Amino acid sequence: MAVKQISIFVENKEGKLVTITDSIANAGVDIRAMSVADTQDFGIFRLIVNDPEKAKEALESSGCFVSITQVVGISIPDEPGSLAKVVNILARYNINIEYMYAFITVSKKNASVVLRVADNAAAEKILTENGIKLLEEKDIVNM
Amino acid sequence: MNNKYYQPEYETMPVEEIKKIQDEKLVRQVKYVYDNVKYYRDLMDKKGVKPEDIKGTEDLHKLPFLKKDDLREAYPYGLLATDIKNCVRIHSTSGTTGKRVVAFYTQHDVDMWEECCARAIVAAGGGTDDVCQVCYGYGLFTGGAGLHGGSHKVGCLTLPMSSGNTDRQIQFMMDLNSTILCCTPSYAAYLGESLKEKGYKPEDNKLRAGIFGAEPWTEEMRRDIEKALGIKAYDIYGLTEISGPGVAFECEEQKGMHINEDHFIAEIIDPETGEPLPIGSKGELVFTSLDKEGFPMLRYRTRDICILSREKCSCGRTFLRMTKPLGRSDDMMIIRGVNVFPSQIETVLLNQGYAPNYQIILDRVNNSDTFDINIEMNPDDFPDSPKAITGKEKKLQDAMKAMLGINPKIHLVAPKSIERSEGKAVRLIDKRKRYGITI
Repeated sequence: MAVKQISIFVENKEGKLVTITDSIANAGVDIRAMSVADTQDFGIFRLIVNDPEKAKEALESSGCFVSITQVVGISIPDEPGSLAKVVNILARYNINIEYMYAFITVSKKNASVVLRVADNAAAEKILTENGIKLLEEKDIVNM
Repeated sequence: MNNKYYQPEYETMPVEEIKKIQDEKLVRQVKYVYDNVKYYRDLMDKKGVKPEDIKGTEDLHKLPFLKKDDLREAYPYGLLATDIKNCVRIHSTSGTTGKRVVAFYTQHDVDMWEECCARAIVAAGGGTDDVCQVCYGYGLFTGGAGLHGGSHKVGCLTLPMSSGNTDRQIQFMMDLNSTILCCTPSYAAYLGESLKEKGYKPEDNKLRAGIFGAEPWTEEMRRDIEKALGIKAYDIYGLTEISGPGVAFECEEQKGMHINEDHFIAEIIDPETGEPLPIGSKGELVFTSLDKEGFPMLRYRTRDICILSREKCSCGRTFLRMTKPLGRSDDMMIIRGVNVFPSQIETVLLNQGYAPNYQIILDRVNNSDTFDINIEMNPDDFPDSPKAITGKEKKLQDAMKAMLGINPKIHLVAPKSIERSEGKAVRLIDKRKRYGITI
């Protein structure tokens, strides 16, 4: 069920980000969402794209260090309290969120949230049981 | 009143007499080693050389070399020439792949070494009126113990400070009126800056001389240190394998270091062929100890590149002089006074499950070495979290510190991101070269 996320290791050096964005652009891959985790020396650039395999291939051929990680994607109503509800459910079941980021698509009334947890299957089960809609790979492609 | 020489009978001895002493002592030392050190006896037998073939210094070239690898292989007792019960001390230095080199000293060896250091202190103007502040590290490193012992022999008031704790160094220096400072040149420069920051002028301290060694430094650094501390700065050379600091020392001429030839024979060889080269040639320095009991070394290859000179010195000493090491014939680096071999770094990487794709970056900031290592991550191991990556860096850093004795800054980088030359990662970028530092 989980959604594929691309993680790219970015050294804190001039021009590194350009290499990444250019190779994704040249591969014709569409970015749905992104987030950056950074330290003083390096960052990890995380992307949700419409074609993760193609993006990975393009990035690797331009010398980037890339991995595909499975993350939990959910779709929630774009309204106050929506995210709080999800976080509360996870807290109740002691599921720790390593990181998360959200994005809104143009036409829908929903927001999408990407969650990184230790056990995807467990988190997905609990979220489904609590009525939260999960995102699948095809949802990302069709966004 | 301070004397000009510590042992004038040796230090100013006519060259022919030095040769005579060396001839006699060499014959004795070779026989002693052959009789007591199986490891070296085997080397001699393999080369077909018997002790009776060595009749004087002109036969020295017949003897096999000892290399750092031999010391590692023979670790710990293989090159010990006497019973442990006759030994009173060990010192130790880093080996090429982490196994350390251990040198043994009898009381005779310690006395001889300390006398060499005493000669260096007296050559720097030291005497019984002096207060000698020793801020080389004390411990397995020979720096602290050597100058400490030498200072005792001269009769200086000795301040056994060891390294670090700059505030305390400065407090004792000012309150106890230190006149001679012994440390690495980079620490001397750092002390100079720290004194300035505290508002002291060079004339506020009582220092007259500094004896600096254990790491490469330049003439420019010498002038800077002399100006900052208001002293005359003297170079000193040595290595644990041979005894420690004081194998050679500088006089007031500041034109190369006099080698204590009554205890050590110096040769220059071609590092490629091993052939001895005439005095005045640039090549690898090789030492033979003449009267050591615990850990005698015959034809030990230092890997230091330098030039020897027999030119007469105005100080009156007749001992041969050596230039500062001008480079190395191996890949050893000296970082913050510590010997570091790339093979040690590779050993750590292997133990930690990394490929040997790394790059060492050395630089000098505020007269102190910076030491960074970029290490490529394994292609199949990308932890999707900065915390996991910094955790890996910390683990590598701790392992490096345990192996090298100094702390590098570790940077994990992407696989294949380090610049390659003929398929191999470029291992070393030494930016210190722009300051004229070559080792």
